[in-house]
Amino acid sequence: MDLRSELASLTLEHFELVLVAVIVAAAISIPTGILLTRRAGMRRWVLGFANLLQTIPSLALFGFLIPVPLIGGIGKRTAIVALVLYALLPMMRNTLTGILGVDPAVRESAVAMGMTGRQVLWQVELPLAMRTILAGVRVATVTTIGTATIAAAIGGGGLGVFIFRGISTVDTTQILAGAIPAAVIALLADEGLGWLERKLSPV
Amino acid sequence: MNAIVEFRGAGYSVTRPQGSSDILRELTFTVAAGETLVLLGRSGSGKTTALKMVNRLLSPTSGEVLVEGKPTAAWDPIRLRRRIGYVIQETGLFPHFTVAENIGLVPHLEGWDEERIRSRVRELLEQMGLSSHEFAARYPRELSGGQRQRVGVARALAADPPVLLFDEPFGALDPVTRLDLQKQFLALRDALHKTAVFVTHDVREALMLGTRVGLMRNGRLELLATPREFLHAENDEARAFLAGLDWKMEADGPSQ
Ligand SMILES: Nc1ncnc2c1ncn2[C@@H]1O[C@H](COP(=O)(O)OP(=O)(O)OP(=O)(O)O)[C@@H](O)[C@H]1O
Ligand SMILES: [Mg+2]
Repeated sequence: MDLRSELASLTLEHFELVLVAVIVAAAISIPTGILLTRRAGMRRWVLGFANLLQTIPSLALFGFLIPVPLIGGIGKRTAIVALVLYALLPMMRNTLTGILGVDPAVRESAVAMGMTGRQVLWQVELPLAMRTILAGVRVATVTTIGTATIAAAIGGGGLGVFIFRGISTVDTTQILAGAIPAAVIALLADEGLGWLERKLSPV
Repeated sequence: MNAIVEFRGAGYSVTRPQGSSDILRELTFTVAAGETLVLLGRSGSGKTTALKMVNRLLSPTSGEVLVEGKPTAAWDPIRLRRRIGYVIQETGLFPHFTVAENIGLVPHLEGWDEERIRSRVRELLEQMGLSSHEFAARYPRELSGGQRQRVGVARALAADPPVLLFDEPFGALDPVTRLDLQKQFLALRDALHKTAVFVTHDVREALMLGTRVGLMRNGRLELLATPREFLHAENDEARAFLAGLDWKMEADGPSQ
């Protein structure tokens, strides 16, 4: 396979890893963040756990997961699980701070007008926290694009394949073929999500 | 006369690490239909806490509060709150809603059709002295403090609730704008025949707007009097508040 077509397929694979990981992580961490706004007692434990996950060096986290039954093993699934674990904290924390940052007078008025808990959440808290939540999604996405290059170490594929191959054969061209597209994707994602953030934020 | 709002030995205490403390003790009074009861008191005397027990933002820890004869605990809180307008100093307008959307909030929640909401919003804006053409599509951040407060009042009136609660709504306004809004409040009250509880620490405002004044001190109701009775009350705390008025008069020149 020539470099060009391999580049195309690995870039696509990389994209896929990131997209799946960020979507799954958002589906877990945003609702959890919302729950934490209602359960102050749980905050320390849950955020502490998500924080702990982030402090594990990424290569080690991928390695730890290999022997774990069901989610482990060599391949994409393990890579995605690791990426999800990494992406949880920024989105969870930003959901929490975004909602807690809503002006208490606004929340109190919403309740006093006779809005139900669900209406307060969907019509007041989430729209007003949207900008902060999306900033969390952006940070998580950009980090995941970088971290996903390590997925290749456990057979997860993606642009990391070039990088690891380049390292083992001391071939700078191969390393750059992996690193440059990854950096470009990260920049584009940062810009694109930043634009969305500004466009969707109500105030 | 039937009581729309009634406090029956209502108390509120909170438990802190240092032990429990009473914020309100044994409040007992009634507010009759069409009446404006002003709760007057120093900062920290418990006015806001008492007010929030009417629309069940807080529940009494002893005694009870009744609205239209029924204890707030027995009301569905959503139904209760939609029958009670609430205006606060910070306005609490939704920053991501236009003026029209803010005012139309409760009618919207109540399922009015769009045309009816639109004409109600227009009517209220004009009633509050704001041209609907000019203001309906603006966001709260594009309004002055006085305009925001007018929108806050309009929002509270929107679904025509029988009871209105005000928590120092005009406290942050300049004296001239405040007087304007106070006059408007009087005109509205007489036109709409609402029952209101109005919290303030401004004795002038209390005497001007209240059909009766309830004086609060350290979580207790010290005195409940008409404005006229209040002016001649012997109570220390009432005299302390009235001293502020005398001082203003003296500045005008000799009072005799
Ligand atoms: N959630 C709370 N927990 C503990 N203490 C509280 C709480 N809310 C209010 N307090 C205390 O209760 C007392 C009465 O408060 P409240 O807000 O009702 O006073 P207020 O008369 O409205 O004062 P102001 O004129 O400053 O608004 C204050 O001493 C306050 O510190
Ligand atoms: Mg207060």
